[in-house]
Amino acid sequence: MIKRTPLVLGKKTYQDVTNDICGLVEKVPGPKYFASLISVKALFVFYLVVMGVIVAKGMGLMGVNSPIGWGTDIITFVFWIGIGHAGTLISAVLFLFRQKWRTSIARTAEAMTVFAVMTAGLFPILHTGRPWLAFWLLPYPNQRGPLWVNFRSPLVWDVFAVSTYATVSLVFWYIGMIPDLATIRDRAKNKWRKRIYGALSLGWRGTGRNWNHYEMVYMLLAALSTPLVLSVHSIVSFDFAVSIIPGWHTTIFPPYFVAGAIFSGFAMVVTLMVIVRALVPEFKNYVTIGHMEAMNKIIMATGLMVGYAYGSEKFIAWYSGAPYEQYVFMNRAIGPYAWSYWLMVVCNVVIPQLFWLKSVRTSIPLMFVISIFVNIGMWFERYVIVVTSLHRDFLPSSWGMFYMTFWDFGALIGSFGMFLFLFLLYIRTLPAISISEVKPVLNVGHEGGDKHG
Amino acid sequence: MVDQLYAAVKARGTEGMAGIWTDEHQLIKAAHRLREAGFVKFDAITPFPLHEIDEAIGIPRSYIPWVTFVFGFVGLAFGLWFTWWTSAYNWPIIVGGKPMWSLPAFIPVVFECVILFAALSSVGALIFSAGLPKVDPPVIDPDLTSHKFALFVPHNDKGYDEAKIQQIFQDLGADEIKRTEF
Repeated sequence: MIKRTPLVLGKKTYQDVTNDICGLVEKVPGPKYFASLISVKALFVFYLVVMGVIVAKGMGLMGVNSPIGWGTDIITFVFWIGIGHAGTLISAVLFLFRQKWRTSIARTAEAMTVFAVMTAGLFPILHTGRPWLAFWLLPYPNQRGPLWVNFRSPLVWDVFAVSTYATVSLVFWYIGMIPDLATIRDRAKNKWRKRIYGALSLGWRGTGRNWNHYEMVYMLLAALSTPLVLSVHSIVSFDFAVSIIPGWHTTIFPPYFVAGAIFSGFAMVVTLMVIVRALVPEFKNYVTIGHMEAMNKIIMATGLMVGYAYGSEKFIAWYSGAPYEQYVFMNRAIGPYAWSYWLMVVCNVVIPQLFWLKSVRTSIPLMFVISIFVNIGMWFERYVIVVTSLHRDFLPSSWGMFYMTFWDFGALIGSFGMFLFLFLLYIRTLPAISISEVKPVLNVGHEGGDKHG
Repeated sequence: MVDQLYAAVKARGTEGMAGIWTDEHQLIKAAHRLREAGFVKFDAITPFPLHEIDEAIGIPRSYIPWVTFVFGFVGLAFGLWFTWWTSAYNWPIIVGGKPMWSLPAFIPVVFECVILFAALSSVGALIFSAGLPKVDPPVIDPDLTSHKFALFVPHNDKGYDEAKIQQIFQDLGADEIKRTEF
């Protein structure tokens, strides 16, 4: 018989799990945590200042120009939306496939989704240049006709896709947390902690009848999130694919974007989990090397899919016989932006292949470095798609170049401050591992030994 | 004032008998025994879902998928109606030479409406069926959301007899048996 790998190390009992995970919320964190929190908070404040200046002075501060009308904002929007996809994949798709190892990382991955979508959502609004009119994106009765939004436009599809995704992800995350919030409430000695977590838990009691409905709803949300997550990045790719710009107008875009999103998202989960394991050592028994290895395998597999998409794009451009299409792809590989193209190929296709070696897959420092490379590579993938397609199109007289300014870099780097600040706050204020989902899998891999509980 | 408001919204419990275990397998046996003894209103309180308990207590399959199904259709109908009404009826404008009623282009928005309606209605049904939100509901034992498992028989259950219930709980090795409110 093949022995199963334990999903939780250290022979934990039910009570140990409660103590470990609730303890993170109850204890005052150490200096390492506060130092990290303050540094990302500083970056977040810097981001707010950058955004404030861009809004006050205008979009002219950023590198967008004619012909490159979409710049850092759109690139970074697609980047962050993509990051979010791994969270839904772990929490919903792996749940439907009964992958029990997802239990200890699902909560954190979902939190990552929610924060990544929040970070992403600000960029198109900033990109409009007049964020105070962002409500024009929604169809609401108005006195201009009423003039409704254009439902034939991919940009309106995107508004619906991203806002639905944000809502459903948030609800899925919260519903999953309710029983764990009730656990914190019942343990609370402090009056305010009892009140706050009591209110957040909605008075959950965990009766058999409650759990019966609860599990059904959890499964339904997982089943609804799965087509949703595939639709979101497909619709993001329609922003490009429905246009007639060479390099954007391709049918491979929806699956290519979804694979890339899962790829970048898993890389971000690995990056965050390495950081969390360092900052909060209690996690090491729950998020084991086995979990990290499983995620690295997914990075490797989706990296190959992304590599296939790069190859397929090249082949179809050649096979199409369309000169503009052929030129765009030649221009990507040997034109003025060849550096970004090859940076993307090396980071996304070549470097993740190191994960074929078990020693690399299970080494924390190496997987951290590789996951950072994937994050960089996936940002550059969107850079290549947006910038190289726009900078040279049909008329050579309207060719141009894209130069990022200080404000472009500020918005890009600052957005990490917002994301990491939210993430670090979450990790010590909400139950960061799903208590009620980990308990039923405690025995996996410990069969035949002592009974837990 | 605040106290009166709190008293008005606080969730009230029912009197009854509770048995508490640390071994979930004994609890399932006890639930079977209670059901055989003719009780119907009793319930288990557990820190995580126990799959055998549905059968032991006789809880039917959740009705919520029907809610999801119906509201998914409501979302579909709403999405189709809204895109048609805004784009082809209320203020029709020709965009890109496409027909007023350009169904293929409306599919993404309609799809998102289906998912949004289905997901939010399922959550709404969960909140309704679990009677949430409850303000400070009575708690039998704070460890029931951590590592202990309980059965509770309310006083209005069919053939409620404290001595009989106590006997069943004792036979199956309950760690604690008490009259309580839940």
